[in-house]
Amino acid sequence: MSGTFVGMPAFPKAAHEAVHNQTLRGNLRHATHTIRAKREKAVAEVSDWAALREAGKQIKDHTLRHLDRYLVQLEESVTAAGGTVHWAADADEANRIVTRLVKETGESEVVKVKSMATQEIGLNEALEEEGIRAYETDLAELIVQLGKDRPSHILVPAIHRNRGEIRDIFAREMSEWGRPAPDGLTDTPAELAEAARLHLREKFLRAKVGVSGANFMVAETGTMVVVESEGNGRMCLTLPETLISVVGIEKIVPTWQDLEVFLQTLPRSSTAERMNPYTSMWTGTTDSESADGPRTFHLVLLDNGRTDTLADEVGRQALRCIRCSACLNVCPVYERAGGHAYGSVYPGPIGAILSPQLRGTESEIDASLPYASSLCGACYEVCPVAIDIPEVLVHLRERVVEGGQVTRAGNKVVLKPAKGHAAERAAMRAARWAFARPGALRTGQRLASRTRRLHPRSIPGPGKAWSETRALPALPSEPFRDWWQRTRGGSGKDGAK
Amino acid sequence: MSSRERILGRVQRALADVPPDATPYDQAVSRTYLSEHGNRSVEETVDLLAENLADYRAIVHRTDGAGLAGVIAGLLDARGSASVVVPPGLDEGWLAATEVAQVPDRAESTSYELDQVDSVVTGCALAIAETGTIVLDGSPDQGRRRITLVPDHHICVVRVPGQVVSSVPQALPRLDPTRPLTWISGPSATSDIELDRVEGVHGPRTLEVILVSGE
Repeated sequence: MSGTFVGMPAFPKAAHEAVHNQTLRGNLRHATHTIRAKREKAVAEVSDWAALREAGKQIKDHTLRHLDRYLVQLEESVTAAGGTVHWAADADEANRIVTRLVKETGESEVVKVKSMATQEIGLNEALEEEGIRAYETDLAELIVQLGKDRPSHILVPAIHRNRGEIRDIFAREMSEWGRPAPDGLTDTPAELAEAARLHLREKFLRAKVGVSGANFMVAETGTMVVVESEGNGRMCLTLPETLISVVGIEKIVPTWQDLEVFLQTLPRSSTAERMNPYTSMWTGTTDSESADGPRTFHLVLLDNGRTDTLADEVGRQALRCIRCSACLNVCPVYERAGGHAYGSVYPGPIGAILSPQLRGTESEIDASLPYASSLCGACYEVCPVAIDIPEVLVHLRERVVEGGQVTRAGNKVVLKPAKGHAAERAAMRAARWAFARPGALRTGQRLASRTRRLHPRSIPGPGKAWSETRALPALPSEPFRDWWQRTRGGSGKDGAK
Repeated sequence: MSSRERILGRVQRALADVPPDATPYDQAVSRTYLSEHGNRSVEETVDLLAENLADYRAIVHRTDGAGLAGVIAGLLDARGSASVVVPPGLDEGWLAATEVAQVPDRAESTSYELDQVDSVVTGCALAIAETGTIVLDGSPDQGRRRITLVPDHHICVVRVPGQVVSSVPQALPRLDPTRPLTWISGPSATSDIELDRVEGVHGPRTLEVILVSGE
């Protein structure tokens, strides 16, 4: 994935900093609680939500199960409709393809629709290195880009910023990128949105190349679907002569009819609306006579760890994700730690299972992500495609601690247990040994009880961090087994039952 | 090996544990969800469309065939529009009562020219009551996608009840995926700043929908 987050501290450290940032916590609490309440209302409006959720799950599972077949079918459909399909095994390859395609147009700037896939591969940075400027056009992405910041939410990437901060960023930075912010800009959302409209319109009108992702790709027809609210997506998908879409291979649905499920569940789960203001669907290119939309269309199919994720029997369900972000908004950990702490473009519960699978668990941050959860299960409850996030989290914790066979870049490799879990593993081994030997267990328990006044209040060494935030359990003066023996078991009458 | 073969090969190896499955797709997914939420009469469905459009800040008007030209002229007038884009196949009668300068939707006109136009009038392919959505498919009475995007004021005419469906599942079979489709639910909006909804960012800030009865 992207180099954007390289060098991020592991989750506990980043989260520790975030929870002490009062502004951030206030912003996050307001945002997540607002959208959580709205979503509940939007979902309650449709009585068949459970059936839609189950159908969404089944469609995605079926697609993943036959992914090779549907990828080939999609390629045929897109090609037949006048588009060109490219395949990218990893981020570098996708970036090289897009850079080449932009260069072939002779242009040195592109307008972008908000897209998780292009963030994941760090496309903007890769284009910048080749002298191509990429303009983010979603309002929140614009705030992040102008603020030289990182996104912190899948749907509202600038969720960590309040209106005052946004005003300051616009007033300070807009002139560097194009039309400056109007004089005397205030911090009302309407004025800020108007400033963004003026700033971006000149870019839309002159743009020759657009770059997007897609929410869905229909295999049988080759249709791409982008859902959005602001109209910036429509601008990028309509006005430029060339459109390049970078889409993860898991975004396929088999049939046109399947959209009836996701166009009902996605808006209600993400922005809590009956329907998002704008949905654009295009199939290849239109004939030159009607000339509606881009004349050239390129689809870049992105793997970048997705086939490795598919190889994991438990973890592959993460590929059902339709990026609605409902799980972020209900997560008690996300609400307090914020999006940056997850060290990935995919924060929150889904990020905690997706990032370590796409990138592997070898780095410190990725090994820490499966632990960024209280396992309360709220994320599973709201997920519109029923991804059992807690199940995958526990599965990934096991992988981190125990190691084992995984697939990386298509090859089976055996992972070693992660560092930092040595004490835990040693403790578990000792417990296994003791529980298998009743005599030793009894002796140990008696010894522990008799020396209990001498025990420290916190654990030294590797257990220090754990005991800093937890009270150690007090030991009884007598082990339970001795007490049982003394009160009921001694005579051998009742205790032998 | 090309990346295409590499990725397809990885997919096949990744699925090695999955038993073969020859279930045809129409039997693979249980579609027990509803094709429509609630039992409504035709009139009630049209009312619901009007209600849901208004809920997302579209301005809804109702008239019949005879009154349509007058309503459109009135809306352009009230807005103070000096010019209006007209799709090639729009019913000429719709603009019979207005004096506003008409700009035809021509393939060679640039985005900058379009940006100077105040309003646009179109028909639609259909409208979805439960979500308050109008769908455009680039037919001659709707024109290219850009004409309903760049001008700040969009007037869309929906024939009721003929063009109204109840729900998303009822809409898709009536649409042709090979056409460029734009689904519009209220005017352009953003909630990116503190989740406060603001209407109008890049698309038209004003969407007026005229429900025309009496086909």
